[in-house]
Amino acid sequence: MTNETNNIVEDKLELEDKFLAPENRKRQVTTPDGTIIEVDPLRDYFSDARPQIYRPNSIPVIENFLNWARAESLWVLGFGTGCGSIELPPLTTPRFDAYRFGVQMRATPRQSNVFIISGYLSVKTLKRVVRSYEQMPNPKYVIALGSCTINGGMYYDSYNTINRLDQYMPVDVYIAGCMPRPEALLAGFNKLKELIKAGKAEKANEYVENFDWYKANQKKIIKDWNMPDYNW
Amino acid sequence: MMKNSIFNISPDRSKYPEKDAEGNLMVDLDSQKYVKLWQGPQHPGVTGNMSLELTISGDEIIQAKTHVGYLHRGFEKLMERRKYIQCFPTCIRMCVAEPDYNEYNLAAGIEELSGIEVPEMAQWLRTLVLEMARLQSLLRVVPGQGGTFALGLGVQWGVYLRDLILDLFEELTGGRVYHMYILPGGVRGLLPDGFKKRMEETLKKIDEFVVNIDNLMFSNAVFKQRAKDVGIIQPEWIDQFGIVGPNARSAGFMRDVRKDYPYLVYDQLDFEPMTMNYSDIYNRARLRWHDLIMTVDLIRQIMAKIPETGDIKAPTPNVLHWKIPRNETYIRSESSRGEYGFYMVSDGTDKPRRINLRGPSYVHAISLLEHMLINANIADTAAIMVSLQTCPPEIER
Amino acid sequence: MEQLINKLQKSFKLSDVKHQRENLTFVTVKKDSALDLVTHCRDYEGFSHFVLLSCVDWIEDGKFQLTYLLNNPSGKFDLGIRTFISRDNASMTSAHLLWRQIATYQRELKEMYGIDFPGSPRVDESFILEGWDEIPPMRREFDTKKYSEDTYFPREGRGSNDPATYMKSKLYPDDEK
Repeated sequence: MTNETNNIVEDKLELEDKFLAPENRKRQVTTPDGTIIEVDPLRDYFSDARPQIYRPNSIPVIENFLNWARAESLWVLGFGTGCGSIELPPLTTPRFDAYRFGVQMRATPRQSNVFIISGYLSVKTLKRVVRSYEQMPNPKYVIALGSCTINGGMYYDSYNTINRLDQYMPVDVYIAGCMPRPEALLAGFNKLKELIKAGKAEKANEYVENFDWYKANQKKIIKDWNMPDYNW
Repeated sequence: MMKNSIFNISPDRSKYPEKDAEGNLMVDLDSQKYVKLWQGPQHPGVTGNMSLELTISGDEIIQAKTHVGYLHRGFEKLMERRKYIQCFPTCIRMCVAEPDYNEYNLAAGIEELSGIEVPEMAQWLRTLVLEMARLQSLLRVVPGQGGTFALGLGVQWGVYLRDLILDLFEELTGGRVYHMYILPGGVRGLLPDGFKKRMEETLKKIDEFVVNIDNLMFSNAVFKQRAKDVGIIQPEWIDQFGIVGPNARSAGFMRDVRKDYPYLVYDQLDFEPMTMNYSDIYNRARLRWHDLIMTVDLIRQIMAKIPETGDIKAPTPNVLHWKIPRNETYIRSESSRGEYGFYMVSDGTDKPRRINLRGPSYVHAISLLEHMLINANIADTAAIMVSLQTCPPEIER
Repeated sequence: MEQLINKLQKSFKLSDVKHQRENLTFVTVKKDSALDLVTHCRDYEGFSHFVLLSCVDWIEDGKFQLTYLLNNPSGKFDLGIRTFISRDNASMTSAHLLWRQIATYQRELKEMYGIDFPGSPRVDESFILEGWDEIPPMRREFDTKKYSEDTYFPREGRGSNDPATYMKSKLYPDDEK
C-alpha cells in the first residue's frame, strides 16, 4: 500500500454521515447463522487499488493489430446523459445504421469501451457518469457531444450544469453542435477510429496519470461525495 | 397481477413484507429477505434519465421511489435572466422529445399578456407543426411499448419513420430536433414548394406502418400476455393524482385540451379523441396507436385546408426592448402525453418574472408511478413506465 | 364564472379578482383561508383537477406568491388562487391530503424556494438537487451566473453580449450612442 492509498482511505473516514444512505453506513449485521458481524460497505465491498496505466504492447506489429481490432469494434455504453440521447436511436436504426462501423450499444459499462457524453451534465449525473466511466474496462474512450460539454453552451450560467467536461473526465473526441446530427456523430466515430489506429487515443491513461487532479475537480462540485474514490 | 397464467403462483404475503401496528412497511435490508434494486439513470434513449429505487421481495416490488434531477438545468431560473425573445431557444429544450409545445406555449403566453392577435395563416402553420411534433413523438412511443417487452423490430421501423418527419421539419424550419419556428406574433416562414407532396408520401409510409404495427404488436400473443391486465389505472385515481391526456382517456375520462379548450384552428378540424373504459398497458398502447392514426388524419386535413399564402406574422414591438406589464396567465396545449401548461408571470420588465412548466410527466412519473409499481412484477417495471409515457426533462426542467 | 366568484365572495374574502380569460380567473385570499378555499372549491364547486402549485418570488415586497391553480373539468374553467406569504421563515400549511400529487410540488418548493410545508411526506428529502448547500436556487437573490463562474471552470474566450447593445453596435456602428 502506498502513501497515497492510505490518504484515500483516511479521506473516506471523514465522510459526513448525513449524505450516506442507510445501507452504506457502518453497522452491525446478523448473519443467517446467528453471528453478529460489523459491516462497513464503503470499505468492505470495494477495493482501494488505484487505476493502472494501460501500457501498449512493446511489439509494434501486435499493437497495431490490437488497435485495428479496437477501432473496428466500438461498443457504446447506452447511457444518454442529456438531450443528445434523442439522436442515439436514429444512429442505431436503419437510416444511419452505425453497425456498419462496428458501433453498437451495450447495456452495461463492463461490456463497453466508448462513453458518449450526450450533452450537458448536471452535477447529479456527473457523479453517476464518473462511476460508470471508472467501471469500464481498458482501453476506453470518451466522445463528448454538443457545445454544452465544450464550454457550457447555452447553459453557461446555469447553477447545476458543468461547463467544461475535460476538467472532470478525459475527452478523446468532441463533436460540436446543439445538437449534433447523427451524421456528425458518425464523423466523430470515424475520427475516433483514426485516432485509435494511430495509437493516439490514450486519454484513459491521462486520467490515471492525473488521477488526483481529476478527483479534486470532481470533489469540488460533487459536494456529497459518498462513494469510494476508485472502487471498481 | 398476471391472471390466466399457469405460471402464476401467488406468493405468501402473510409474512413478508412485515408491517407494524399502523400498517407501515418494516423493511430491514440486513435481514436478507429484501433486495434494493436501482433502475436507471442509465437508459438507451427511450425513457429518459430517471432512476427508480425499488425494494423487492421475491420478484415483487414492495416499495418504489422515483429519483429525478439528473437532467436539471434550472431553466426556470435561466429564463428569469433572459429577455422574452431569448427564452425561446432556452425553453424548447425543456422537453427534448416534443420541443414545439414549449415554443407554442411561450409564444401564446406572450401574445396573451401583451394582446397580440396572430394571423390565420400563422395559426394553421402552428397547428401543423404541433401535429407533426405529436406524430414524431408517437412514432417513438407506440413501438417503444413493444420494445419494453423486447420486441425491437417495431422500434426500428418507428425511428426510421420519425426520421422522415424530422426531414420534413428540417425543410420547413431548418432545424432537425429543435426548430424555433414559432415566434411571438406568428411563425418564421411559409411552406416550402412541394412540401405537401412530400408530406403525403411520408404519410403513406406511415399508413403502412400503422397496419404493420397492428399485426406485429397488437395481434401478438406474447405482447398480449405481457400487457393485458398489468399496470391498471383505476378511474378514481384520475382526479386524485391529476392524470391527464391519453392516460386519463384510457380510463374513460375525456381529457383533451384540443377539444375542451380549443386553441389555434382545432375547432375547424374534424377529430374525435378516443376513450376507453379499462386502462391497462395494452389499452394505453392501443389508444396511442389510435392517436397516431388520428394525427395522420389531422395532418391530412390541415394540408387540405391550409391557405396557400397569407400573413404569417403580426407586428410586434422591438423584441430587444419588449416590456410586458405585470400580469399572469396559464396557457395549455395538448402534447402527446397530455395537458402541457405554462404558468407565466410578467412584472413590467423585459424579462419574465416566472415561467413554470406543468408537464404531464410531473404527476405521471412520480406520484402515480410510485403508486402503480407497488406489488408489480419487476419485469413489468419498464413497461409500466413507458406506458405512462414519462418524459423526465419536463419534470425537472 | 362571475356567478361563482360572487358566490365565493360571500364566504371568503376575495380580493384582486382578475378575469384573465373567459375560462381563467385569478383571485387573492389571505394565507389562513387559502386552503379552506381550495378545499371548498374541490368539494362543492366541482374543481376536481389540480393543475399546479407554483411560487413567484416578489423580492421587492418581501413576499412569496403561492398559486394554486384548480381546474373544473366539467365546466371547463380554471381558478387560480393566489396567496402571499412572508419571505422570512416562509412556511405554509401542507395540502398533501387534498390531492396526491401536491406532495411532489411541495417537495420542489421546499428545495427551490425554501418554503416549509410541515407534515408533507418526504418534504425534507432532496428532490432535484443533490448535496446542495447554498441558498435555495430559485430565490431571486441567488445569482446563478456568478455561482456558475465560481464553480464550474468557465472556458477562457467564451463571452456573451447584451443583445441590445451588441446588435446596435453591429447594425449602426456609426451611431454615437
